[in-house]
Amino acid sequence: MIQRIKTFVVRHGSLLLTLAVFLLVYFIGGRLYPTMRKPQVFFNLFINDSSLLLVSIGMTMVILSGGGGIDLSVGGVIALVSTASAALLRSGVSPYLVLPLMILLGVALGSLMGWIIQYLKVQPFIATLMGLFFTRGMAYIISLTSVTITNELYKTFALTPIYIPFIPKAYIYPTTLVGPIMLLVAIYLSFFTRFGRTIYAMGNNEQSALLMGLPVARTKVMVYAFSGLCSALAGIVFSMSLLAGYGQFATGMELDAIASVVIGGTSLSGGVGNVLGTLLGVLIHGTIVSILQFNGTLSSWWTRIGVGVLTLIAIGIQSLFSIRTKRS
Amino acid sequence: MKKTALLKKIRDSQLFWPLVAWVLILIFNAIVEPGFFRLGIIEDPVYGKHLYGNLIDIFNNGAPLMLVAIGMTLVIATGGVDLSVGAVIAISAAMGAVLINPALGNQLITNDILTRNATNTPLPLIILADLAAGTLCGLWNGLLVSRARIQPMVATLILMVAGRGIAQLITNGQIMTIYYTPYFWFGNGYILGLPVSIYIVAVVLLLAWLLVRKTAIGLFIESVGINAKSTFYSGINEKNVKLLAYAFCGFCGAIAGLILSSYVHSADGNNNGLNYELDAILAVVMGGTLMTGGRFSMLASVIGAVVIWTFTVTVYSLGVPANALLAAKAVLVLLVILLYSDYSRRLMNRLFERRGSQHDTAH
Repeated sequence: MIQRIKTFVVRHGSLLLTLAVFLLVYFIGGRLYPTMRKPQVFFNLFINDSSLLLVSIGMTMVILSGGGGIDLSVGGVIALVSTASAALLRSGVSPYLVLPLMILLGVALGSLMGWIIQYLKVQPFIATLMGLFFTRGMAYIISLTSVTITNELYKTFALTPIYIPFIPKAYIYPTTLVGPIMLLVAIYLSFFTRFGRTIYAMGNNEQSALLMGLPVARTKVMVYAFSGLCSALAGIVFSMSLLAGYGQFATGMELDAIASVVIGGTSLSGGVGNVLGTLLGVLIHGTIVSILQFNGTLSSWWTRIGVGVLTLIAIGIQSLFSIRTKRS
Repeated sequence: MKKTALLKKIRDSQLFWPLVAWVLILIFNAIVEPGFFRLGIIEDPVYGKHLYGNLIDIFNNGAPLMLVAIGMTLVIATGGVDLSVGAVIAISAAMGAVLINPALGNQLITNDILTRNATNTPLPLIILADLAAGTLCGLWNGLLVSRARIQPMVATLILMVAGRGIAQLITNGQIMTIYYTPYFWFGNGYILGLPVSIYIVAVVLLLAWLLVRKTAIGLFIESVGINAKSTFYSGINEKNVKLLAYAFCGFCGAIAGLILSSYVHSADGNNNGLNYELDAILAVVMGGTLMTGGRFSMLASVIGAVVIWTFTVTVYSLGVPANALLAAKAVLVLLVILLYSDYSRRLMNRLFERRGSQHDTAH
């Protein structure tokens, strides 16, 4: 029994530790600011970080696939999707056409970057950086200023509260649900499908995955396409919650996403980690931001320093555990 | 035969491709905008007679990027990458602005105090503090990479995120305007009619070249980039080589921050050196240094930086709005990627060496 617990702890150590860190941070917040104990604050984490969660899910898959995989274009895709959808809606296109179009756009951009990475042998870093430049630039070409959205469907999605059963006065918005649903999809994909197994195998050792006859090339392109899909969804959520589209949206979100993924225990060399940890990473990020907001006097730059320090701690914990597992 | 050998030598030089790219952009400019190359002499009330024109502007404005590219080259040559250079620029700029701030510690900062053409700290001390701050940032990165064995991208990502926060912490979140005129010399001054920043770049490049090529350090860096483990087994302290590369990159970032803040007369923790890390990496890649490490050329990276800046000026002069420049840059990156891909390399080789192919296969 003890042996079992031991293996469980060692195997899921970094996930458990992330959970502990989240609870600790949240507990500290609750101690400092009594209003933070309200259940709504917890749901606000999901409301405020819904697009970050989406983006981080895609980022996790990309990072898991290894080979220096990273997607720096996520913030740009959000900006482009929000601006493009706002512009299309303004010119009178039906939202039922705009939404699938935007998702298609995200998937197309993602697969294009994946294709460049896989077949032109370009470093993921460079290729997705190009994607970031391109998408942000295109967003500005569409409109240099912020475009407001007045569409009724968008408004309903953004403003109808869904009350949480059994918890008084706690609500979320329909857009908030997209992140958790995508999380479930990602969990299913990564643990119960061949696609997910291939990602882990690639991340651990691309060469041996290739020799095992796994479809490495196809999977790599698909991983980036998946990240593009997540970013497009995040862009839709972002534009719905702000009811606007602008090229400057989500500046630096790629870094927040990478930080969340790393805090969540995913190794940047690939093959180790999972999306559940990423959820915790996003929640920790959100909690820090809320504590700073509750404080009110601490300035916004402390968020950055806080996230930086947390990433450092997370990496420290990670390397500690990787040494442990190697020894055992 | 001799001619092809010379051609091959030129083509194999790392300087060849960035120079070709630069010439292409310049030719494009010459066609589209005849006045692009015009140089003139202007009498400046403060700095005396000096040259002016687009080319001078390119070199003057591009100097910070060139400096950062020099540092980045060494880091990339060791097989790493430094994402924090933009943040280091911001920290260095903030440091300078705070030390100049003529108000004493507890004094309320008013416009009257700020606009006074005075400084709280002597200029040499400011420069030293700037350089020290940047080098310290570089050392921190280097320690994380070499001693804590964190992947370079993550290790420097930490400072990239936290660094801008630190810069804002230093300036207390304000955009600090600088009114102390001697400080402006670095970004706006002229020596013998040419901008000071060009001389700074030349000096740093020369020093780095002496350090790298006249001692064994350059070889060490290349061997660490090719295979860190075997370098370690051949008795070289690869940790210190990496540490040096990152510290030097921080040092370069600090000088870049000094020039940049001097050029724009202010320090803004959020926007000083924004996207510089990306531009610098692009410059290095354009210069033909592989992201995986190994063979490098600092001069090629500097030319890469010049290409990026010339491209920027060109796009501006075409009337593209500043924000849409990003899309144009993406196209540039795509072109570079296509040019440097294995496929196009093979194509080029076939094109150039139809006769020398036998010789090639004999290798």
